[in-house]
Amino acid sequence: MADGIKDKVAIVGMGCTTFGERWDKGPEDLMVESFKEALQDSGVDPKDIGAAWLGTCFEEIGVGKSAIPLSATLKLPFTPVSRVENFCASGTEAFRGAVYAVASGACKIALAMGVEKLKDIGYGGLPDFGAAMGTRARLISANMTAPGGFAMMATRYFAKYGLTPEQGKTAMAKISVKSHKNGAKNPKAHLRREVTVEQVLNAPVIAWPLGLFDCCGVSDGSACALVTTPEIAKSLRKDPVLVKALQIAGTSGEELATQSWDGAHVETTVQASRRAYAEAGIKNPREEISMMEVHDCFSITELATYEDLGISERGKAPNDINDGFYELTGKIPCQPDGGLKCFGHPIGASGLRMIYEMYKQLQGKAGERQIKNPRYGLTHNLGGFPASSVCSVAIVGL
Amino acid sequence: MVGITSFGAFVPRYRLSRMTVFMNMGWFNPVTMGVAQGEKAVANFDEDSITMAVSASLDCLKGRDRSQIDALYLASTSLPYRERQNAGIVATALDLKPGIRTADLTDCTKAGTSAMLAGLDNVKANGGNVLVASADCRLGRMGSLQEQVYGDAGAAVLLGSENVIAEFQGAYSLTYDFVDHYRSEDMQFDRSWEDRWVREQGYGQIIGEAVMGFLKKTKLPLDGFNKVIFNCPFTREHQAIAKKGKIAPDRLQANLFEQIGDAGAAQPLVMLAAALETSKPGDKLLLVGYGNGADALAFEVTPEIEKVRDRKGVKGHLAKRADLTAYTKYCVFRNLLPVDVQIRGEIEPPTSVTALWRNRRAVMAYVGSKCKKCGTPAYPPQAVCPNPKCKSMDEMEAYPFADKKGTIFSYTADMLAASIDPPAIYGIVDFEGGGRASIDFTDCTLEDVKVGLPVELSFRRKFVDHVRGISGYFWKAVPIVK
Repeated sequence: MADGIKDKVAIVGMGCTTFGERWDKGPEDLMVESFKEALQDSGVDPKDIGAAWLGTCFEEIGVGKSAIPLSATLKLPFTPVSRVENFCASGTEAFRGAVYAVASGACKIALAMGVEKLKDIGYGGLPDFGAAMGTRARLISANMTAPGGFAMMATRYFAKYGLTPEQGKTAMAKISVKSHKNGAKNPKAHLRREVTVEQVLNAPVIAWPLGLFDCCGVSDGSACALVTTPEIAKSLRKDPVLVKALQIAGTSGEELATQSWDGAHVETTVQASRRAYAEAGIKNPREEISMMEVHDCFSITELATYEDLGISERGKAPNDINDGFYELTGKIPCQPDGGLKCFGHPIGASGLRMIYEMYKQLQGKAGERQIKNPRYGLTHNLGGFPASSVCSVAIVGL
Repeated sequence: MVGITSFGAFVPRYRLSRMTVFMNMGWFNPVTMGVAQGEKAVANFDEDSITMAVSASLDCLKGRDRSQIDALYLASTSLPYRERQNAGIVATALDLKPGIRTADLTDCTKAGTSAMLAGLDNVKANGGNVLVASADCRLGRMGSLQEQVYGDAGAAVLLGSENVIAEFQGAYSLTYDFVDHYRSEDMQFDRSWEDRWVREQGYGQIIGEAVMGFLKKTKLPLDGFNKVIFNCPFTREHQAIAKKGKIAPDRLQANLFEQIGDAGAAQPLVMLAAALETSKPGDKLLLVGYGNGADALAFEVTPEIEKVRDRKGVKGHLAKRADLTAYTKYCVFRNLLPVDVQIRGEIEPPTSVTALWRNRRAVMAYVGSKCKKCGTPAYPPQAVCPNPKCKSMDEMEAYPFADKKGTIFSYTADMLAASIDPPAIYGIVDFEGGGRASIDFTDCTLEDVKVGLPVELSFRRKFVDHVRGISGYFWKAVPIVK
């Protein structure tokens, strides 16, 4: 195995906007807002940024194509800039570009910026995928939306583990209730109201068996990170956060093209997390991971992710949920900032928003959500559908 | 011996009670009460004459080698395209070889029998096998008599000279510019003349004249026929015409008005299929197709009929039904009422016909690939084998999935997806013999769908690109609900 990225790159500053229906802010405004916070947080001078990556997914309704909107908006002085896109994993993809640039020695300081302006489309949910999946997909793909694509994993999970719809929906509901509880404590979160299991179960169905509260917020927002070498980082601040692992796995196409996949898990999460644990030197994630932000685009995704990350046993995530294992007060708090569920999900920004929460927690700046003495924070950012996905897993620590 | 070698039929699953129509529109046109009996078959929102012709053809071609088909004639008065051969779409969906003769026969309700005559002539002249497919999906204005009378259905016959199930005995045709109804270039709906005149001078006179002409020409006696098959949607007139010819009620093939309605050009073929389903070797059938004149054709059933008893046919399709309880749903399905599709529903990415051409067997005939090295089948067709132990590159052969049995692997019912019939139900289907696909479901409700339930594939309209005036066709899974 290659050396890996462990301890080679440090996060020296981060910024994250309030997520939500930011009717009065365009994507450019949102980028400036998070960038300003990151500059203040790090003390970095923009002219010292050697390269920048922009992660955004639906550029058609946001900033537009290319990385020009990033450099032109922030007035970066002819800095090398690239736009990356990997569906909902675009934010972590931007982070990966910046981290690898520093690790390679190509530049001393790099910027990863994620932004998405979703609330300019005039309807609920994500923008229509009709044209986003390619020309052939228009001719042959099912009439699928994001909730529907993930709902199929829920019907499959229920069938595989013999859960009645009531049992399955209740397990998922508890995940959402937990995230709402955390989100209510977060001033930057999109959805800040606590909900009950009954409310979740009685909400209108979006894509059976997923109801409204099984779905994450669709939000506008931006988050960014400034990364540099550990040495420079230490010269700028006393508490930089180190990248311990940064892995990504794309589908081999087997899930949908053969009958080997069970439909009740996401194989790219399994693959990316195992590589990330190896890279970070983690032997037993259930014991060693202190906290995590996972890609809870839907409650079922979070449920399957507990198992895919090797933290809950196969088919046993509902037990851990019942035991409060993933609560803020539990063994591994999951979604301490409210997650995609309540912090919100501006696609390109989400991966960086997850890292932002881990960063703040590791620095002890998470306010009333603060987790005691965290060591390793894991983020999990999933793009595509369970049947055809790309997954990023990052592990950060002091 | 030349004649029919196979047959099949298709009746869409939805049935609309004529009393439901009357309850909604009778205030406007109370005389429609006169025909408000039984129910009419209604195409689902994703069906049209092309898809129903394909469905009927699939029933007809069960167990047949499609590479032996030399011609396809498609008969309908409601074909979606004026230019772009509709028969070519049907032939592509059926994955027939490109080296065949095809034609659309249209513009009048006798087009179905005319297509059969053209096909029989073709077999006589050239040998081989000719598929005649027919379907109609005609619209009547809200509150009109036609709205009540018209029904949607399809039927197909295979014509040839080997293993004939019903030998062709002769024919007579009659042509009159009898304008009982018409639809010109720019009209969405048929315009009909007073139904009293249509019944008396149209059905009442012309069918009789065609039969007389046929008998004179062939010198066959009318009382020699076990079944006389002709359509007249006015049931009393239908019986009166038979009575005039001294045809006993048990020799008159039912017009299916109360089960299907008048399926236009397909109706004589639908009724013929229903007759063949109950016929015995030696039975003599007289078939008349009416519309701007008439065609009369005679057949004699052979012992080979026993080999095609496994067709779903009219009987099988009539048994598989669901009530379309809301009249407004019918109106929305047929685009008679504007419905708020919301902004998501307005988004129509451009349809690429180059991509369609390149992928025509995959899209239109649901043909996937199979690895020549390890035998792994996959849909859509792959260039690199998806089997992790193989991964051979460019070692694929065509592998048809449309006739494979499938089972539901996972599913959902999606209220967010833009659909004219929400929720959009779809899922992943595993195919017997290997292969898996994410696919839309149709002709079902969420309550019907379960993991592990068998499905069969059906050719449907996938999308309508209103901006460019073109529809996308594709295959959907129909759950087989016991």
